[in-house]
Amino acid sequence: MTTSVPVEPSDYAHPEKLVSTKWVAEYKDHPNVVLLESNEDTLLYSTGHIPGAVKIDWHTELNDPVTRDFIGPEAFAKMASSKGIGRDTTVVFYGDKSNWWAAYALWVFTLYGHEDVRLMNGGRDKWIAEGREITRDVPEIKTCDYPVVQRDDTTERANKAQVLESIGKLPLIDVRSNSEYTGETTHMAGYPQEGTLRGGHIPTAESVPWATAANEDGTFKSREELTKLYTEEANLGQSDQVIAYCRIGERSAHTWFVLRYLLGYESVRNYDGSWTEWGNSVGVPIVVGEEPGEAPN
Amino acid sequence: MPAQTLQVLDEIITDFQDLPEADRLELLLEFSDNLPEPPERYAGHEDEMEQVTECQTPLFLALEYSEDEDPIVTLIISAPPEAPTTRGFAGVLVEGLSGQRASAILAVPDDIPNKLGLTNALTPLRLRGMSALLGRIKRNITTHLS
Repeated sequence: MTTSVPVEPSDYAHPEKLVSTKWVAEYKDHPNVVLLESNEDTLLYSTGHIPGAVKIDWHTELNDPVTRDFIGPEAFAKMASSKGIGRDTTVVFYGDKSNWWAAYALWVFTLYGHEDVRLMNGGRDKWIAEGREITRDVPEIKTCDYPVVQRDDTTERANKAQVLESIGKLPLIDVRSNSEYTGETTHMAGYPQEGTLRGGHIPTAESVPWATAANEDGTFKSREELTKLYTEEANLGQSDQVIAYCRIGERSAHTWFVLRYLLGYESVRNYDGSWTEWGNSVGVPIVVGEEPGEAPN
Repeated sequence: MPAQTLQVLDEIITDFQDLPEADRLELLLEFSDNLPEPPERYAGHEDEMEQVTECQTPLFLALEYSEDEDPIVTLIISAPPEAPTTRGFAGVLVEGLSGQRASAILAVPDDIPNKLGLTNALTPLRLRGMSALLGRIKRNITTHLS
């Protein structure tokens, strides 16, 4: 039986996708809400988390161990069930690093058509900075029956071939740091092992580092500020088809969330192969330097 | 005594390997929780320690040496609580290597991180971060001895 979980009003295009820490404090024990913590550091959950929150590990639980891809329908259903999630559960995601991995997990749930997914604005750091309760107690989970549903990769996800075809036709957004975009470095600061053979960006991609969408406390900027950043400065205009990418798709999941749900672009695809695929691929063009560059002939 | 040295580390490795895979992260968390705070004299002087840039989070390393020809090495590592995996690795190395002779530490195989049985639980990047930390420790010792 479904009990409806209140939407937190906001000025964003899809207020039903975002909640505040205050909202979480109020509704985390609602019978239809499951809180999922998704971090870059897999041990972080064990050092303390929001009471009642369940851990999800992007590396071991969302990725297929054999193929570089996400888990399949059966595995997804099993994973969701094991976390007490049913098809109509309101799943609220939050995590470290300004919600990169929370947005990434939310995005994967979206590929599986899970309708009521929400992100906690500001993530784990904001919750802790506000002095709210954390615990090491792992909640007891009542497993659910999650149906086996097919993943739909057509509307929110882009692959390499689609990106290649889109050069010069659709707007591309590169959300990595400036030095990664220009090709000065082949990795982001502090992550030197995740390098690629070549540095630079996909021809025509505009540079809008993910962090420009966030305030210092990790929350999202206002709708006006975001509109200025993306719609005006990054020349997206009213275009309803955008592809975002980064290094492995986690920072661009954050930008995907901004474009899709805070600004309301109808078609935004996250290219999760991102630079670790593109920068190592044979037969694809790149551009080095500050300018987006031209589509090759 | 190189054999002695490896014994401490070997015991830690055995502890990890004896656990079911799912529980190994819990043990790593214990090492993270138990990583000693750097001594007072380092407080606020992290910039004078060596920064391990290969790790995803700020990690600072300092080594202290006794006056011997083959000195006893004390390891001091500082890592923030938001980085428990990094702290856990640091804890393993501090417990396994600190207080041992330089020659013994240099003799430790470089692939120690892969022996903890965490290759499925952690991303390759994390494991390389730990290898990098061990590499830094050895480099610091080699430089000190030269």
